[in-house]
Amino acid sequence: MTELDRKTPPQFNGVENITLIRPEATKLANGANIFTFNSGDLDLVRIEWIFHNLRFDPAKPLLNVAVNTMLTEGTSKLTAAQIADKIDFYGAFLQVDFSYDHSQVTLYTLTKHLNLTLPVIKDILTDSIFPQKELETFVRNQQQKLQVSLQKNDFVARRAFNKALYGETIYGLAAQPEDFQSLKREDLLEKYKEMYQPDNCNIIIAGKADPQILEAVTKTFEGAWGEVTVPADTTQPDLNPSVERFIYVENADAIQSAIRIGTPFVNRTHPDFHALQVLNTVLGGYFGSRLMTNIREDKGYTYGIGSGMSSFKQTGSFFIASEVGADVCKAAVAEIEKEVNLLKTNLIPDEELSLVRNFMLGSLLGSLENVLSHADKFKNLYFAGLDYDYYERYTQTVKNITPEDLKALANKYFDFENFYKVIVGKY
Amino acid sequence: MVKFNRFILDNGLRVIVHEDSTTPMAVLNILYDVGARDENPGQTGFAHLFEHLMFGGSVNIPNYDGPLQRVGGENNAFTSNDITNYYITLPSANLETAFWLESDRMLNLAFSEKSLEVQRNVVIEEFKQRYLNQPYGDVWLKLRPMVYKSHPYQWATIGKTIKHIEDAKIEDVKAFFKKHYNPQNAIMVVGGDVKTEEIKAMAEKWFGPIPAGEKYNRNLPQEQPQNEERRETFTAKVPLNDVYIAFQMGGRLDDSYYAVELMSDILSRGNSSRLHRSLIKDKQLFSEVHAYITGSLDKGMFVLEGKPLEHVSIEQAEQALWDEVEKLKNEEVPADELTKVKNKTESTMVFSEMSLLDKAMNLAFYELMGDADGFNHETAKFLAVTAGEIKAHANTIFTKENSSTLVYLAQAVNEPVQLISE
Repeated sequence: MTELDRKTPPQFNGVENITLIRPEATKLANGANIFTFNSGDLDLVRIEWIFHNLRFDPAKPLLNVAVNTMLTEGTSKLTAAQIADKIDFYGAFLQVDFSYDHSQVTLYTLTKHLNLTLPVIKDILTDSIFPQKELETFVRNQQQKLQVSLQKNDFVARRAFNKALYGETIYGLAAQPEDFQSLKREDLLEKYKEMYQPDNCNIIIAGKADPQILEAVTKTFEGAWGEVTVPADTTQPDLNPSVERFIYVENADAIQSAIRIGTPFVNRTHPDFHALQVLNTVLGGYFGSRLMTNIREDKGYTYGIGSGMSSFKQTGSFFIASEVGADVCKAAVAEIEKEVNLLKTNLIPDEELSLVRNFMLGSLLGSLENVLSHADKFKNLYFAGLDYDYYERYTQTVKNITPEDLKALANKYFDFENFYKVIVGKY
Repeated sequence: MVKFNRFILDNGLRVIVHEDSTTPMAVLNILYDVGARDENPGQTGFAHLFEHLMFGGSVNIPNYDGPLQRVGGENNAFTSNDITNYYITLPSANLETAFWLESDRMLNLAFSEKSLEVQRNVVIEEFKQRYLNQPYGDVWLKLRPMVYKSHPYQWATIGKTIKHIEDAKIEDVKAFFKKHYNPQNAIMVVGGDVKTEEIKAMAEKWFGPIPAGEKYNRNLPQEQPQNEERRETFTAKVPLNDVYIAFQMGGRLDDSYYAVELMSDILSRGNSSRLHRSLIKDKQLFSEVHAYITGSLDKGMFVLEGKPLEHVSIEQAEQALWDEVEKLKNEEVPADELTKVKNKTESTMVFSEMSLLDKAMNLAFYELMGDADGFNHETAKFLAVTAGEIKAHANTIFTKENSSTLVYLAQAVNEPVQLISE
């Protein structure tokens, strides 16, 4: 028997076929869309009700999020306690989530209990009353939570960064603790009625979503949801970025500083987006990235550093984020600048690029763990107005982009001098 | 129901295979039976620092991450007080790369001084980021030594102090590897789009030649029952007061475990739970309140924690928490409420089967506890818990003599100042 060769890596295969599960689409007469992903052996289902957010009012920055968070706090038939009891009793999970572009309600349940939990969702989406007492509890508790978060450098850095990039918009303006005081029940009710309407609603069912499940959802949510007062205005005001590009929030006690550096950026709908994803991965998008290799693995300045791209309806961002030892903050920023500029002057070596290609394709394959992940991929497309050829273009770009293309893109998109730079802590 | 096959190599490596053809991916999970509890009291934080060093190159492979990323794989690891767990996910067609990488670092590490120096710095930054530079981040550094007087659970996985990490030497690293990182102290789970026969062949090929090493015999000082009320109060730069009350409870393998976990669910799981309903909503005493257990293999902790509202005194806050546990001691949990927490546990177990990696980690951990198949019988054990058992355990656990109370008092903090300059 020959000695085992432990030095040479085993043969490997590229990722060839990535097949995405596409939904069955139905539109109800009341305007609600239903998308169904039926797959899997486990008797469970996740249902999401996703609504476009209303136009942002800088005078009332908390209104959208308060309406969403308080959906579980009472309807004319059910108190907050009864809602919680019903959901918990059947082992289900009810979540409300607010993001910049959408607000949503999510139900996770065993299919055998769906008929008992679905009516609760119908109730909260069509008949929430935002009881005054619950509003007071919400204000008190959220204010306290915000006070705690405001003591965290990375939290403060993220807020300052968003404010600088987007100004007083839904993306940029974060609430202060005192803003909670101005929340009024009447405003919540009014926003709720305007926003939570069937023609602003997309229902996404994933799991064991057989025809009976679809029928139960359809029966529950078809027809009128209540009196329609005004159509939902989901347009948004224009972005107004700050002219200041360096923002330093000093915290004399800090032993680490939070760094956030970046710029407004193209979003998923732009033809360069996939190529920029490759560039971002090289720079800071995976454990072996240049930022991690240099600033964590070589210098030991940080526990973690990365870069990322956010894609929103109206805009996008590119950012680099880390928390570094306060004493090495300047040195870390200098290394970040060096790494960004290297992408503009030097070609990415073939070996590094081929590693990144394989990593990205493996990651995409690995992100499709179960039917819920297929539904998540669909949401990325659908809410950006894209089709499934988006992922086809993604794999083609990842496989074929050249070092020259990436260098040209770095020169087109990365101007470190003009990036917004936020430091919270010591500099 | 998670099906699996199991075999043991001659060198003692336990291997579990879970075939799941619904995914094109595979997972390779290796659990090493070593955690922070196995550290020397003068060298704490070592198991976790060592986990970082496992990525610093092995005897035949200078770079661990690169070759894995090249075949589309990802990996990570975590260290707890009980175990150290490493995992890889990758396209199943490339599974052999995972065997190659993991077997080489079980065989021997490169032990580079540079890697040690850098990872010391990285871990020190992790210490600062997670434990020192966050409001309340140091709670476990303070609470553990109150609850544990002799058991090594008295330190957190990050270690007692940064000094211990700074002082780590390459000789210590080598000795730790020799003692804990060998086939006899490991459990490997391979899951996903794989076939048991192929895994057997690959395991023999890559792991079979690794020497068995010495079996580590754990002999830790066990924690004696607590019989005194313990209390500490700190004034700290935190925005709000915060109260922790920790109680000793049985270990993960103790018969009491299932009833006690359900008891923590009754107190604190979901918006219908007692603490949320009573102390946040009805009495309006706290902005946040939680109850949870550490689930550790040796004697664990049952923790009550809450941030009282500004007008509520620490005494009132503590009393309110005690009133809730007194109720558990005096009255049996109503049948509906018990059914509720059982239903929640049951559905959580079903949902956990959606994730291949979760299944693999669970199989490894249950095998460590005695039998991987225990994972499949877990739900039944929760369903068998009675209201009488919960009441009995509440009476054993929730006594003043078994309590350690830690209070953070908020000190006025300077608001950060925003300075803008070109």
